[in-house]
Amino acid sequence: MAEGILEINDGSFETEVIQSDKPVLVDFWAPWCGPCKAIAPIMEELVGDFGDKLKFTKFNVDDSPVTPGKYGIRAIPTLILFKDGEISEQIVGMVAKSKLEESINKIL
Amino acid sequence: MSQVDYDLVIIGGGPAGLTAGLYAARAKLNVLLVEKIVPGGQILVTDWIENYPGFPEGLSGADLVLKMSEQVKKFGLNIETHEVISVDFSQAVKTVRVSDKAITCHTVIIATGASPKKLGVPGEDIFFGKGVSFCATCDAPFYKDCIVAAVGGGDTAVQESMYLTKFVKKVYLIHRRDQLRAAAILQERAFKNEKIDFIWDSVVTDIIGGLTNVEKVAVKNVKSGETRELVVDGCFVWVGIEPNTQFLTNDVSMDKYGFILADLNMETSAPGVYAAGDVRNTPLRQVVTAVGDAAIAAFSAQHYIESL
Repeated sequence: MAEGILEINDGSFETEVIQSDKPVLVDFWAPWCGPCKAIAPIMEELVGDFGDKLKFTKFNVDDSPVTPGKYGIRAIPTLILFKDGEISEQIVGMVAKSKLEESINKIL
Repeated sequence: MSQVDYDLVIIGGGPAGLTAGLYAARAKLNVLLVEKIVPGGQILVTDWIENYPGFPEGLSGADLVLKMSEQVKKFGLNIETHEVISVDFSQAVKTVRVSDKAITCHTVIIATGASPKKLGVPGEDIFFGKGVSFCATCDAPFYKDCIVAAVGGGDTAVQESMYLTKFVKKVYLIHRRDQLRAAAILQERAFKNEKIDFIWDSVVTDIIGGLTNVEKVAVKNVKSGETRELVVDGCFVWVGIEPNTQFLTNDVSMDKYGFILADLNMETSAPGVYAAGDVRNTPLRQVVTAVGDAAIAAFSAQHYIESL
């Protein structure tokens, strides 16, 4: 697990995401997902740039199926940006760093 | 010539682009690889590769690309993340335009690959990632014990549908003709698979659902004109691929589908511009053929530069 990225699950989702004071990025992933592995370096770079203002989390959909079901997630990677417990943006599939920076800047 | 940024710019970071980069870096060319997102390409979604020589146990697409990336790093290949917007191949010094700059170079290798074709029906974009998928190996585990629709009749459609049946209760395989195009051995296996229900002579006209999920697909029989709705939890689309050539206009010659035409040296209609991998008009699209193309393209680029 990369430094600055918090591993969360069905049990901690409410506390760490919905009730978070800071905006949160949730990276829904699974070990069998190639594109999830491929975008991991982008996440690590973004932690360096935005880690003080945005909470970065990773959510393993294999271990915790309830939350992904609730948000209608049927493909990974899916990245969701939460602000005040509400979805600000949901991004499906591989995405360029510049696009993510744009989305993050919108909610900060 | 000192004002030219690079000897070679490679567009695309899949197996073809990385291989071209490997050869060019080892040949000590001044080379830049431009990739839109991260190195990988379509192969990232291939769960298991058994036909890439040298890996008798097989390996995942993601692991193969990771190894290729490590290898190019070892030889110091320069990689930048940009989406190419347009190119100009009309002069001896070529220009590749990205969002914030224009890069000049003597040669270009286009290795941008291909992407799955869309159906172009209502609901397809809205439900992408929420019930609409182009990749069973990525998304099938989300459909445990569900009923899904699959569209297509080629090798990919049949192979991926069979992969789906490891997870789902039932697959409606919807094909616009009355027979499959897939290889005979795949057809044989599919017809034996009790979880696959074939819907012949039919097309999907609409993907219908609630706020976050797919509930139904509307299907039309192209012979009788009859329409009906199938209750499904998802819709997988495998109706072919299209080349990633949006940044090209009339810069190089292409076939009627937009795949780039190249000669034995992988040179396109523009001198000093080469094509490699899935983006090329080629009879086979595999990792082995892509890397073969790329080695030839890099070799040709090197000769072109040496002759300047």
